[in-house]
Amino acid sequence: MSAVTDAVRTAAPGGSLGQSVRDSLVVAKRNLIRMTRIPEMVLFGIIQPVMFVVMFTYVFGGSMQIGSTTDAGVYKDFLMAGIFAQTVTFATAGAAAGIADDMQKGLVDRFRSLPMARGAVLTGRTVADLVQTSITLLVLAIVALIVGWRTGSADPTNAGRILAGFGLLLLLGYAFTWIGALIGLSVRTPEAATSGGIIWLFPVTFVSNAFVDSSQMTPWLRHIAEWNPFSATVQACRELFGNPGVVQSDAWPMQHPVWASVIWSVLIVVVFRTLAVRKYRQADG
Amino acid sequence: MPGAIYAEGLVKTFGDVRALDGVDLDVPEGTVLGLLGPNGAGKTTAVRCLTTLLRPDSGKAVVAGIDVLKHPNEVRRSIGLSGQFAAVDEYLTGRENLHMVGQLYQMRAKQAKVRAVELLEQFNLTDAADRTAKTYSGGMRRRLDLAAALVVSPPVMFMDEPTTGLDPRNRQQLWEVIKQLVSGGTTLLLTTQYLEEADHLAHNICVVDHGRVIARGTSDQLKARTGGERVEVVVQDREHIATATEVLRGFGKGETTVEEHTRRLTVPVTGGAKLLAEVIRELDARGIEIDDIGLRRPTLDDVFLSLTGHLAEQKDEGNGVAADPDTKGHENTKEASR
Repeated sequence: MSAVTDAVRTAAPGGSLGQSVRDSLVVAKRNLIRMTRIPEMVLFGIIQPVMFVVMFTYVFGGSMQIGSTTDAGVYKDFLMAGIFAQTVTFATAGAAAGIADDMQKGLVDRFRSLPMARGAVLTGRTVADLVQTSITLLVLAIVALIVGWRTGSADPTNAGRILAGFGLLLLLGYAFTWIGALIGLSVRTPEAATSGGIIWLFPVTFVSNAFVDSSQMTPWLRHIAEWNPFSATVQACRELFGNPGVVQSDAWPMQHPVWASVIWSVLIVVVFRTLAVRKYRQADG
Repeated sequence: MPGAIYAEGLVKTFGDVRALDGVDLDVPEGTVLGLLGPNGAGKTTAVRCLTTLLRPDSGKAVVAGIDVLKHPNEVRRSIGLSGQFAAVDEYLTGRENLHMVGQLYQMRAKQAKVRAVELLEQFNLTDAADRTAKTYSGGMRRRLDLAAALVVSPPVMFMDEPTTGLDPRNRQQLWEVIKQLVSGGTTLLLTTQYLEEADHLAHNICVVDHGRVIARGTSDQLKARTGGERVEVVVQDREHIATATEVLRGFGKGETTVEEHTRRLTVPVTGGAKLLAEVIRELDARGIEIDDIGLRRPTLDDVFLSLTGHLAEQKDEGNGVAADPDTKGHENTKEASR
């Protein structure tokens, strides 16, 4: 082994915003490369929601009442927005486990000792997760079309509305990965992060309008469901996709679901990004 | 003028445990300081404070002339850290790992790529460059980790137990790398549990226990503190202990210690090998048969033992609480009340 020859004695200082973006992209690239090396992780992430689609459609389909009908075809169209939304939130677990793993392996220490932008490790992770979520959502939409899901109108002018729906879904998923980032930084092991990243998602996604018509819930539960940030996105997607089951309610998020969805998601990003980045800076693995 | 690594009165507490209890360090530029101590002594905490990973409760730290507490990001540009675990992404190849770290040190993508190739070459990893680090052996991962710490050839390096868990051959290899690095002018702070390692690599040694520096100096100075050379004899027959003690008293410069059950006698001496020969002749003349005899110079183990009252290998569990006298007292009380 030859002696150190390189003349670069200290690293060049970097600008602030440009550096943030650049560092985040470097970390995002690293996480995307990891995904290609562990394709089974991506695969399982796709199989799970596909199973949900099949089970809910064929097992529950005929016995669910949406509005005044129990038609399985109506339920199918109702269901998809809910499954899509649930799927994007499950990215939380991946982010949590990934960051907890980096902590445990000492990689977070390495990153923290480098002259890089403070939030970049977490931003890079969430951006990579967003890419994975997009892939999952694309596959899921195709499966949904195969089992018979249709948007309200074949009118091509609706394409914008449909894309907007998927945009809201991705924004929701992105927001939830920041919750995952905070969980990942707060637990001791990747295993704990996986469970910690997913357990609370069941009540959040089930006490909502995603799988059943929330207007048929008992009043107190209905209030929770209607103000659940998750429900706003589901309601918004049903509206934008022209699918049945749009909840008629006095609750503001149900009346203005697109706005509510955007506001909730942005709020989650702001709050949890702040908390997670602060936690990262103090991280003591 | 303070050295390349300078610390004054570093204190860090975790709950009730004072992990650092007023640590002072001063490492002149281009030298190696060995931070020696058992598990839980505070070595890692000290490294974490100096490398901006942990904020000390109080005290001052200056690395490469930059105040660590005031300008952590400037410090990060001038240091390389190789932690206790090989912190490489195991799903990335060696090349990808180094490329990533280079970019995060704010090198341009192309420059980082060139540097990665150089480092892979330097650390004998060229053949494995495009395999994921998952397939690497422990020694290779360590080398990759060290390469990552050297991407920008930082003037100040920190290595936290760099050879822990390595087999002797890999340890030797890594020592060579470290020596080369230092001969290039890098200032290095190295923590280790291996006394041999500190002896081998460090210009100066700080012995740390319970968050305090309990001794400092060169390896020779520390050994001299513990006392000079000794003659050690193991007699074959227990009955000869008394006679042998008498013989040794004639040559010794101090008290002869006798371990009855191992039939081992030790006496401090001056005079080296010549004196040893005389001792052997005298013992022989008296008809004392011996199993073993030798001239012993103090090892860093002896130094450690005499300073701390326990061997470096005796690992305090986790945070060092186990060795705390209060805890022991508490255990005794429990025993007594039974």
